[in-house]
Order: sequence, then structure tokens, then C-alpha cells
Amino acid sequence: MKILVCITHVPDTTSKIAFMNSDTELNKAGLTFVIGPYDDYALARAVEIKEAQGGTVTALNVGLAETEPTLRKALAIGADDAIRIDADPTDAYFVATQIADIARKNGYDAIFMGRESSDYNGGQVHGMVGEMLGMPSFSPVMKVEIEGTKVTLAREIEGGKEYIEASFPLVLGCQEPIAEWKIPNMRGIMSARTKPLQVIAPVSQENLTSGGHYELPPARSGCKFIDASEAEKLIDLLKNEAKVL
Amino acid sequence: MAILVFVETADGELRGSSLEAVGYGAALAQQLGVQASAIVLGTNLSQDKLAKIGNYGITRVLQIADDRLNQGVIQAYSNALGQVVSAQGITTVVLAKSSLGDAVAARLTVKMQAGLASNVTELPLSVAGGVFKLKRSVFTGKAFQITEVKTANKILALKKNAFAPVPSSDSATVEQISVSLSEADFGAKIIKTDKVTGELLLPDADKVVSGGRGLKGPENWGVILDLAKALEAATGCSKPVSDLDWRPHHEHVGQTGVKVSPNLYVAVGISGAIQHLAGVSSSKCIVVINKDADAPFFKAADYGIVGDAFEILPKLTKALQAL
Ligand SMILES: Cc1cc2nc3c(=O)[nH]c(=O)nc-3n(C[C@H](O)[C@H](O)[C@H](O)COP(=O)(O)OP(=O)(O)OC[C@H]3O[C@@H](n4cnc5c(N)ncnc54)[C@H](O)[C@@H]3O)c2cc1C
Ligand SMILES: Nc1ncnc2c1ncn2[C@@H]1O[C@H](COP(=O)(O)O)[C@@H](O)[C@H]1O
Repeated sequence: MKILVCITHVPDTTSKIAFMNSDTELNKAGLTFVIGPYDDYALARAVEIKEAQGGTVTALNVGLAETEPTLRKALAIGADDAIRIDADPTDAYFVATQIADIARKNGYDAIFMGRESSDYNGGQVHGMVGEMLGMPSFSPVMKVEIEGTKVTLAREIEGGKEYIEASFPLVLGCQEPIAEWKIPNMRGIMSARTKPLQVIAPVSQENLTSGGHYELPPARSGCKFIDASEAEKLIDLLKNEAKVL
Repeated sequence: MAILVFVETADGELRGSSLEAVGYGAALAQQLGVQASAIVLGTNLSQDKLAKIGNYGITRVLQIADDRLNQGVIQAYSNALGQVVSAQGITTVVLAKSSLGDAVAARLTVKMQAGLASNVTELPLSVAGGVFKLKRSVFTGKAFQITEVKTANKILALKKNAFAPVPSSDSATVEQISVSLSEADFGAKIIKTDKVTGELLLPDADKVVSGGRGLKGPENWGVILDLAKALEAATGCSKPVSDLDWRPHHEHVGQTGVKVSPNLYVAVGISGAIQHLAGVSSSKCIVVINKDADAPFFKAADYGIVGDAFEILPKLTKALQAL
């Protein structure tokens, strides 16, 4: 089983987001970057499958040199090798084109991604890659079980889950509880240093969208406190002041 | 140039978030001076209900009455929509973000060579020269970005509350159309669906009541459910609550769960960790009930009550029932 896992390099979930250069660029100062939380689930499940059935896991990121520590972390968690496509990933279509190109060249049985990136939250790249490669794509996937060539998936839908029977090759956008996050151990960290990390130039693809300036959500005007002994006053305020009832 | 709005169904009804998309599509058509149509796949809806799409601003409804589409099979849906888009000369597809909508839109983007803007929060700020300037939510609700979509074909995936339609009495006429779908389009089989029915779905809800670890256990959820019922709200929870299996995973709100933007979000016994706030910060009005006056959630709240949830919630429910 040959699995490609696509990971993002994103600010840690506890980060406070701020911008610079007239709000056109994320201010990265002081931010810790991590493997995207959903990508971490995808990677953990891919490594579990490899450990159970044999095969290889390749971690891939489309990003500039700054993302290499994140790829090394994926190697420490259990990926066998890594690929970095050397480009600034500003548009989902551009990213999908790069991933599809590598997949065509290398031929994977399955491509695991996160359900969505935590920066742009599009939840698009897996579907795009599936369509580009003519493979089925499923997201958000909470469970994947493999029996021979048969794959059983649980996909979250509003208000529940649906169970799907599919076959390889396929593309998955993963989320919890597909696997427990893996924390790299010392041996993993040591071996990650010598595992191959290949840097490849991007194929040409025009960006279909372009990002303009950023805004922060307006601050709330402050919290109005209601005494617990007269809690029912809240209902009147919601009705007549906030006008949401 | 023409607009197509993809309309989803749930429990044999039109989905609330899809009706917002219909209203948005109608307003966008007016802004651009073009025609808008809506499309429904499958036969889950009666003709009466299809005609109701007209109430939300689009009076031309296309239906592909193929029973195989009664289940949301991703590839079949995207292939069907791809055919409709080219047959009908569609340049812009509008849809509400959802587990099916997102999966279908991504594949359709490739078929249409369309620029896709996701998490769109309002009508375009500008459409001059065919370039849409769209405000969308990024960094999991922590920021917005103005994104430009310059391609001739475009797909807009809307965040909840991007548009508030005002229903009219107009009714839509329904046209049956057909597409050719092969067995391969249905190659992935949905073998079982486990789904709550008759409950207000979290992503569609205008009001949400969420409970956190402060409720101490699943057996205490009655106070939350009662308040939600009195408010006609959907119920949500914090991540530890779904991790502990006190509540189902699809109720988990936040950075790694459902992102909601209702008119009213009531958080009970939730501390207000940044990952939880990320999923709720675009709610119009936030109420926090917590026994700790220093809980960080109060900083993100419009109204707060410091006290014991088990005493406060029944009072609120009673006051609502008396309205
Ligand atoms: C990568 C990552 C992603 C995450 N994603 C999410 C996410 O999507 N959503 C999410 O919610 N969390 C998420 N978390 C977890 C988050 O950091 C917090 O741990 C979590 O939100 C805390 O849940 P809580 O507020 O219910 O529990 P607690 O932090 O334990 O808070 C319980 C609160 O209840 C109050 N309380 C206790 N008893 C009462 C009472 N009788 N009446 C009233 N109030 C009472 C307490 O004062 C306290 O404020 C994530 C964490 C990580 C690391
Ligand atoms: N720059 C990137 N490099 C590698 N994988 C990516 C990149 N961007 C997105 N992905 C993958 O695509 C998934 C969905 O991303 P998105 O469509 O941006 O929400 C992510 O969880 C990753 O698995």
C-alpha cells in the first residue's frame, strides 16, 4: 500500500492572528507553526495502516522552505519520505494541481488529507485532486477500514454519519476520530533527520483566486452582566434589546 | 452569463441554509443583471415544496428526478451538476457550505475551471469587470479576507447567515431535466446512514444552545435540551463533551468541529478556550452562563450570567415558556 499524505503548515490552534503590511500579510512573528490539526489525523491513520499492512507513507507539502520543520515532524511521526513542492500555496487550485501532478508521476493507492486546512478552511483540495485524477473523493471521513481491496468509510454528515463502500485508488479528507494523534518519540525524531526530503519545482498553473487584504472581526462592545437572581431578565433583553428572539 | 443555486434537502424538506443560498443567488443575479435558476437533485421533495423555492427569490427550478440521487453520492452529484452547468450556460454556481456541498463544489471547480471562494459571508463588495471581490471567513473564524475571483466561471460556497432572505409569496415553476449518469458514477455505495431525524440541524440553526464540561455528565443534559426546545434552538457542545461521548460528535462546535454563525449562541458551562471561540465568534449575539466570573468566554460575550447553570437554565426556560 502506497499512501500519500498531504500536510499543511499552519499556526497552532491557540494562536492569536494578526496582520502586517497594511493588513495584506499574516504576521508570523511569535507564531508557532504545526501540522494542520486534521492533517495530523490523516497522517496518524496512514501510519497505522502502513504498520498493519506494510507499504510506504510519503508526506507532501506545497510550501516554501520555512515548512521543512513541519515535514520533518511528519517524518518523525512515521512517514518514510517527504516531498516539498517549492511554491507559496496561495490558491487551492494551484495546490491541487501540484498534488495531482506528483500523484500521476508516482502512482499512490490512496491520498490522505485533512478535512480542511486551518488557515483557509476551504475543504476543497481533496475534491479537486480527486477530480483531476479521476478518483473518488470523500470528506469529512471519521473512519477508514481496509479489507483486501474493499474500503469502508464513515463520513460525517449533518446530524449523523453515512457509511460508504469504496475501492482504491481514492482521496480522503480526514477528521477525528479516525485515529489518535501520534506524538513523535526520540527514535522517530532521530531517524527523521536522515529520511529523504525531496524539493521539487512546481508545475505551472495560474492562480484562479487571489487574496486581498485581511480584516479582524469587530470586537464585541462588552459583556452586559445580569444578576443570577434575576436571570429571567435576559429573555427580555434578548427580545427587546438584541432583537434575536 | 447565468447563476445556478444548488439546493439540498434534509428529511424531505428544503434545507434552511440552501434557502439562504437561493436568496443570495437571487440578489446576486439582480446585482449582475442576469438570470438565476435553482437545481434540486433526486425526488426527495414534493412538487409543492419545490415550488416554495420561489418564496426565496428564484422562480425557475430545475429538477433531475432520478431516484438514485436521493442519496448524496458525491461523484454522481458533481457529474450531474457539471452537465447541467454546460447545458444551461451557467457561469456562477452558488451553494451553502455543507458536508455534501463542499465535497461536490470542489470537484465541480475542476470541471468548470472555476475560481472557488469558500466561507463567503456577504454579497460581493464589487463585481466590476466580472471580478468578484468577496469577503470570506479565514483562519477558522479568527479573521476575514477579501478574495478576488477573476475567472469567467465562479463557485461561491456560503457561510451560514451570509444572506437573510425575506420570503415572498412567489412560487417557482419546476422544469424536469435529465443528465446521463453511468453505473461508475455510483461506484461508491452508501451502505447505511445513521442520522437524527426531526431535529433542528446545528449548521442550519438560527439559535444554538451549547453545553460544556461544566454540566458534569450526560445525565444532566436535560436543562440544555429544555432551554433549546423553548428557544427552538439546535444543541451543540464543546470538544471534551463529544470526546467523552456525552454528546454525539456532530454537535461538537469549534475550530475542529462545526463552525456556527447563528443569530443567538448560548454557551453554558464552557470556559471559552480559543479553539471553541473560533467556531462561534461570528454569531450575532453571544450569551455566556458560567459559575466562574473569570471564565475567558465572558470577554467574547454580549450578555453574561455568573452562576450555576442548574439553577439558571430552568428559570430561563420558564421565562421563555411564559412569552
Ligand atoms: C488542536 C485542538 C483543537 C481543539 N478544538 C476544539 C473545538 O473545536 N471545540 C472546543 O470546544 N474545544 C476545542 N479544543 C479544546 C479546548 O482547548 C478546551 O479544552 C475546551 O474547549 C474546553 O471545554 P469546556 O469549556 O467544556 O471545559 P472546561 O474548560 O473544563 O470548562 C468548563 C467550564 O464550566 C464552568 N462550570 C463548571 N460548573 C458549572 C456550573 N454548575 N454552572 C456553570 N458553569 C460551570 C467552569 O467554570 C468552566 O469555565 C481543542 C484543543 C486543541 C488542542
Ligand atoms: N499547501 C498544501 N500542501 C499540502 N497539502 C495541502 C496544502 N493545502 C491544503 N492541503 C491539503 O488539503 C486539505 C484541505 O485543505 P483546504 O482545501 O485548504 O481546506 C488539507 O487538510 C491538506 O491535507
